Amino acid sequence: MPDDRDLAIETRSLTKRFGDVVANDGLSLKVRAGTVHGIVGENGAGKSTILKMLFGFYQPDGGEIRVFGTPARFENPAAAMAAGIGMVHQHFMLVEPFTVLENIMLGAEGERNLDEARRKARQALLLLERQFGFNLPLDKPVEELPVGVKQRVEILKALYRGAEVLILDEPTAVLTPQESEQLFALIRQLKADGKTVLFVTHKLNEIMAVTDDVTVMRGGRIVAERRTVDTSAGELAELMVGAKVARAKARETVEGKGVRLALENVSATDDQGHEALKGVSFEVKDGEVLGIAGVAGNGQTELLEVITGLRPVTGGSIAYEGAVVAAPGKVTDPISLRRLGMAHVAEDRLKTGVVESFSAEANTMLGYQREPDFSRHGILRLKALAETAKRYFESQDVRPRNPKLAIGSFSGGNQQKLVIAREIARDPKLMVIGQPTRGVDIGAVTKIHDQITEHRNAGKALLVVSADLDELLAISDRIAVMCEGVLVGIVPVEDADEKTLGLMMAGEKRKAG
Amino acid sequence: MIDLFADLVLLTDSTIRTATPLVLAGLAGLCAERAGVVDIGLEGKMLAAAFAAASAAAVTGSAWVGLGAGLVTSLLFAVLHGYVSISQRGNQVVSGMAINILVAGLAPTLAGAWFHLGGQTPLLGDEARFAALDWPFADAVADVPVLGALYSEIISGHNAITYMTVAVVPLVAWMLYKTRFGLRLRAVGENPEAVDTAGISVTRLRYQAVMIGGLLCGLAGTVLSTGLGAGFIRDMSAGKGYLALAAMIFGRWKPVPTLLACLLFGFVDALQGRLQGESLPLIGEIPVQFTMMLPYVLTVLILAGFAGRMVAPKASGIPYEKDH
Repeated sequence: MPDDRDLAIETRSLTKRFGDVVANDGLSLKVRAGTVHGIVGENGAGKSTILKMLFGFYQPDGGEIRVFGTPARFENPAAAMAAGIGMVHQHFMLVEPFTVLENIMLGAEGERNLDEARRKARQALLLLERQFGFNLPLDKPVEELPVGVKQRVEILKALYRGAEVLILDEPTAVLTPQESEQLFALIRQLKADGKTVLFVTHKLNEIMAVTDDVTVMRGGRIVAERRTVDTSAGELAELMVGAKVARAKARETVEGKGVRLALENVSATDDQGHEALKGVSFEVKDGEVLGIAGVAGNGQTELLEVITGLRPVTGGSIAYEGAVVAAPGKVTDPISLRRLGMAHVAEDRLKTGVVESFSAEANTMLGYQREPDFSRHGILRLKALAETAKRYFESQDVRPRNPKLAIGSFSGGNQQKLVIAREIARDPKLMVIGQPTRGVDIGAVTKIHDQITEHRNAGKALLVVSADLDELLAISDRIAVMCEGVLVGIVPVEDADEKTLGLMMAGEKRKAG
Repeated sequence: MIDLFADLVLLTDSTIRTATPLVLAGLAGLCAERAGVVDIGLEGKMLAAAFAAASAAAVTGSAWVGLGAGLVTSLLFAVLHGYVSISQRGNQVVSGMAINILVAGLAPTLAGAWFHLGGQTPLLGDEARFAALDWPFADAVADVPVLGALYSEIISGHNAITYMTVAVVPLVAWMLYKTRFGLRLRAVGENPEAVDTAGISVTRLRYQAVMIGGLLCGLAGTVLSTGLGAGFIRDMSAGKGYLALAAMIFGRWKPVPTLLACLLFGFVDALQGRLQGESLPLIGEIPVQFTMMLPYVLTVLILAGFAGRMVAPKASGIPYEKDH
């Protein structure tokens, strides 16, 4: 049994609520001093919340935090820093036009006279740089530095303030693979110098590469703690997803399967210009649901976007009903795709699926506002719109039964039911659905799954991207797995289980057969 | 030749006078905006200070009491603007405009109620205002060619606040670039989260910056009614707050370039004064209405981007909220 003092950070039943939502539910985390400790979990698992409590950004609603055995209450980040906790945020806390030196000393200048403060900080930093093997251009404005170097500035900033425990929040999200390697080398160096590193990510290979211990979070709880040597990426993937969903509607055999959508060697870049899709090929046939699995951030978002005309492809081609709709230099806009019979239920509902401040009624026509049943000569047909909305509300059992309310004031499940009603209303030949039940309550989940299955049974094609493996196992005919922008393989649902999918999600190619 | 030189001397003298409130207000806006608070209420604060200073000076007969009243009044409005835009996270432009509109109506109303002069304050005697200070021997050397005129017209003969302004510019620059406070102030206008995570209070810093702006605006208003003028008249700020804002943008939120921009505005204003009623070769006499437009036309041209791209402090105008 380790002594209290051997734990750099310990939380006991740490709890944080936001209104009715419990973001962190009785977390008991133990981080051994002098180790690299990983926390993994899907988006929304509650990782950020616990970090913000450890750094004094949020105050816990229950439980306690101990740092090197001493109970601690952090009213603000300054208090956490004084206790030796440093944090490197996902979005850097740097003042872009300031030099590296100015950024590092901001808030810890010591002197009132800036020239004097600069001189002292420079001396101290040169020592620190030598100790940890940094070589940063102290007098260069931060805005001129590449991302990886900015991150080093953040790390040095924390060390300069005397951090013993360094929290890195999704540090590799913005890095190239080479920069990530350099970061890992630095993390090992910090550990060798006796520092404790808390490393938060949803990328499993990084956990395997750099941590000593790993804690898995799901739905605001800690679901597992492992020594890294005793676990595998496959097991962690299984632990990260989960949540059993009952299968409802039976899938019927559907005759005459034509190819609805075909991707051939499709490549694309993400917003930062990094390669996000690397030669992805697959087909979706009429009368089937193709599920796309994978840990978030492995190219699924970009995949949805290239198919629905929101992002250009940099290589390969996409064919719809045999006609090429996307290729390098060719983009078919979303409206034309809708008219060809493709519907899109967006992954990020509030960003691209609805206009939050518009009424539910207005949201039922978005994307179809030019269609003759909603407008004539550019004038909206408000009566028809109201009737349509009323129909959707009843068929989908949306509550509260008031289409005039802003859609943002409905629960996630009710919003999603409306979006699905809108997209399915025109009986699309292909439905592209991202995260069909994210943020949706259990009751609505079954309803949405039933609608997907019914649409499939009617002989239509569906492509569903989900972070929830059980969901995909419940509704798909075949499941394709993505890892780092590559389609690792496609498995018929009969041959798929969480274990095999978990391994594939960690990048392991499926063995032939 | 002699005439042209005399003209230039007079123009320069008048440039310095008209630029004084602009420079002060420009620096006031600069302090607030570098800290991330947009201050479109410069105009209103200046007018409020002008009224307060003139009233207090009229009642007490002391320019210095007037100055005190001007500073306090402007400071109060600055704190109000701070409360709305920092504490309550309100819209900073709306708050500033509200102050402008409020003061434009309130000042003449109070003046009417107190002094019964139709919205003005009584004419101030020399004791009650910051009159021109004549430097030693200014009269004696006035007739010495060139240097005499420079000394007696340009160096000598301004009011006390104008001389203060000469000191305020380097003082603000020093504060911004040579002190810890200045480093933090500039940081909070660029990335308040970085300041917050560094353990410094964003709220406190922004209040301090806005209050410094309030004091500078108080000086600007006081010089209007007790230095350049001799009493408060309705709308006497005449858009100078907005001009100062434009000069600050033209000066790229930096003290010395802002000073130069204010001097340019001051010069154009002085020039338009000189051109009134003058007949120019080829063009003939320009109607007064057109010459008076000059400073504002210049403002429009500058802000329309003819002076290059101007990048504001990144967090300027955005209320700071801990969570997104």
